[in-house]
Amino acid sequence: MLTVTSLSVRLGDTEALRGVDLTVADGEVVCVLGPSGSGKSTLLRAVAGLEPIAAGTVAWNGADLAGVPTHRRDFGLMFQDHALLPHRDVLANVAYGPRAHGASRKAAEARARDLLAVVGLAGLERRAVRDLSGGEQQRVALARSLAPEPRLLMLDEPLGALDRALRDRLVRELRALFDRRERAVVLVTHDHEEAFALGDRVVVLHDGRVHQDAEPATVWGAPATAFVAGFLGHNVTTAFGPLLAVPPDGLVLDPAGPVAGRVAGRTFRRDHFRIRVTLADATALEVTVPADRVPEPGAEVHLALRPGAGIGLPEA
Amino acid sequence: MSRRTGRVAAITITAVPLLFVAVLFGWPLVAILGRGLAPDGRLDLGPVGDVFTDPSLRGVVWFTVWQAALSTAITLVLGIPGAFVLARMRFPGRDLVRAVVTVPFVLPTVLVGSAFLALGLARSLGAILLAHLFFNYAVVVRVVGELWSHLDPREEDAARVLGAGRWRTFRTVTWPGILPGVLAAGAITFLFCFTSFGVILVLGGPTRSTLETEIYRQTTRFLDLPLAAALSVVQLVAVAALLVVVGRLQRRASTPRGLGAARDLARPPRTATARTFAAVNLAVMAALVGAPLTVLVVRSLTPAGGVGLANYRALGQLRAGSILAVAPLDAVWNSVWIATIATVIAVTVGGCAAWAAARTRSRLVEGILALPLGVSAVTVGFGMLIALDRPPLALRGTVWLVPLAQALVALPFVVMLTAPVLRAIDPRVRDAAAVLGAPPGRVWRTVDVAIAGRALLGAGAFAFAISLGEFGATSFLVRPDTPTLPIVVYRLLSQPGSAAFGAATAAGVVLMALVVVAMVAGDRLRFGRVGAF
Repeated sequence: MLTVTSLSVRLGDTEALRGVDLTVADGEVVCVLGPSGSGKSTLLRAVAGLEPIAAGTVAWNGADLAGVPTHRRDFGLMFQDHALLPHRDVLANVAYGPRAHGASRKAAEARARDLLAVVGLAGLERRAVRDLSGGEQQRVALARSLAPEPRLLMLDEPLGALDRALRDRLVRELRALFDRRERAVVLVTHDHEEAFALGDRVVVLHDGRVHQDAEPATVWGAPATAFVAGFLGHNVTTAFGPLLAVPPDGLVLDPAGPVAGRVAGRTFRRDHFRIRVTLADATALEVTVPADRVPEPGAEVHLALRPGAGIGLPEA
Repeated sequence: MSRRTGRVAAITITAVPLLFVAVLFGWPLVAILGRGLAPDGRLDLGPVGDVFTDPSLRGVVWFTVWQAALSTAITLVLGIPGAFVLARMRFPGRDLVRAVVTVPFVLPTVLVGSAFLALGLARSLGAILLAHLFFNYAVVVRVVGELWSHLDPREEDAARVLGAGRWRTFRTVTWPGILPGVLAAGAITFLFCFTSFGVILVLGGPTRSTLETEIYRQTTRFLDLPLAAALSVVQLVAVAALLVVVGRLQRRASTPRGLGAARDLARPPRTATARTFAAVNLAVMAALVGAPLTVLVVRSLTPAGGVGLANYRALGQLRAGSILAVAPLDAVWNSVWIATIATVIAVTVGGCAAWAAARTRSRLVEGILALPLGVSAVTVGFGMLIALDRPPLALRGTVWLVPLAQALVALPFVVMLTAPVLRAIDPRVRDAAAVLGAPPGRVWRTVDVAIAGRALLGAGAFAFAISLGEFGATSFLVRPDTPTLPIVVYRLLSQPGSAAFGAATAAGVVLMALVVVAMVAGDRLRFGRVGAF
């Protein structure tokens, strides 16, 4: 079990992490969600022992890891953009970890072949990593980080630059992989759908601080701060009185609605439209409307709140 | 290995090259300065002042500076397009052209001076500039080409897509990418021309003198050691200042770059313009390198007006009345084993230095190691001669002195060719190795050494070629019974008569052949597909 307590990390003059708390139990998948620059990658690097800690502790099963160098922590980290060894082929990249842990060349390569089969790359063992596609490199990086059987697996934007279809498939495969292995997993992403699909728990990070730490349904249904609500795509508004988070489908067009505005734009979203309504105070609301009842841009509309759709937020 | 052990290892690896340079270069330099500036144990700065007040010495300083600047400008203008052709265009025989273009760089200066004379060029400023271009063209092609071959062409493609024309793309993407190489190559060229010795001596005539030849003249002809030392001090200060400026410029210009696939970037010239561009540059190379070397080969094969191998047969004989103690052919073997030892030393020490230089991101280590380059082989040789003569460092008379001197001369090149490759390693690859359980020693071995290995092999071939052709330092330190090939060439040239000159040209051709073999082997090792590591 990983326990991070009041962790602060300084990168030059900036405070990348400010008092972050995080626990990950064995068999649990925790997704760290946040925009770029929120400190997600720094968090993983600090846990791996790659970044010096300004304050706080990183502990495993209660034992502080302060004096333990990276290679003794037995943590796996899959890097953003993979950081594959450019001069080694696919098999040697995956076998690197077991070799470093003292396995014989034969045993390490056998293990590497097994894992390449798991990620669907059997047959590419002798290819140069430079000649692989982005998706293939991503799978090599995944296999490589799994090969030494780390007690904690950390993944930094594992589905980063992949196309939509590949992402969707890999999300399912990753989830299946995590479910089979009773490992602690920390996954960093800027995509909340990915975080909700993969995480048992979601930790929202912003400006080096934890804004919320809860199950996916709770984060979506009850965002803890205005930042979390806005990051998930909720409207954050005072148009209906108190500060509320309202998902776009929590608003309806209603001639008797209390809030008036003008349609500023509309976007087609598969089975519905998303329209943008500008209010008198120049703020804007995103509203989901059925495809057959889309108002023209420029039209005057009135909006009502669906019952129970508004989520109260603490005043900043 | 703990963090502390790692730090001890890092300090040791940094200390090896610094100690090497301190003992073999710093200490001899101190000996020279001590002898020159304080001959009686008392400081006397009079001679240093004379350099700037005496009109003829001031003329020497001024000539040294402007001929070097002009030579550098000419070399860069012609060398940068050549670097592009050899780094980014693929055509049959490219490896051979690369090797051939590098040959002049490692040829003994005296020999090249003679070749230019044999070509019919009178002793003139033009001859000097042309000879400097001949020598340093390869520096620009190699150093700029090395960077250019690692520059991802997609960066240029991206600029073109964003609407930049060819010129804007070159100015905003390509030029900033190769600028560190251009500055480095320009600096090296300027240093070489600034400290040019053999070329000026042979082609300058009695009226044109640089600091270097003036030091030589004052030392050997007038035995004016204080003035020679004063000139050395001026030269050393100028070189040190130049190195500092260049270091600053380089640091500002360099950004960490990905290790592009060096072997995949070269493309065959596809448009007519590209083919013309390649052809023009290859013609320049052919004329520049080909003409003097062809004359050399032709002279070696036409003894006394006829055609034949008499000049080569003469190499196997110890001629009566010759000032050589051994047959010239024995010098081939001497050159090979001495250069081998020198290469092993240069690669070992230089590899450590490159690693230290890349790790700290400071140019201090490179600057210190570049000092022997700036101060010239002549000073290195002379300094070692007078400093390493007494216990505890009585190396004179042992077989080690010449290889050590040659290693010192080759060392900066090993560092320059290896450090950029080490710097270009994505630091996260090392992090990834550590996360996978590799202790620092293993990370170093499997990432740094493995990636820089090929660069080190290439640098080794370069060091070997330089050692084979090294003349300035060797001429001071060589033992009469174990002369190297360049020494033999020089001694034969200094004998009167066309038979000696013919034998000299034959020995020069043998030397050239050895160097070409070394460079082709180096290129194969470095750029060829190396199997799975």
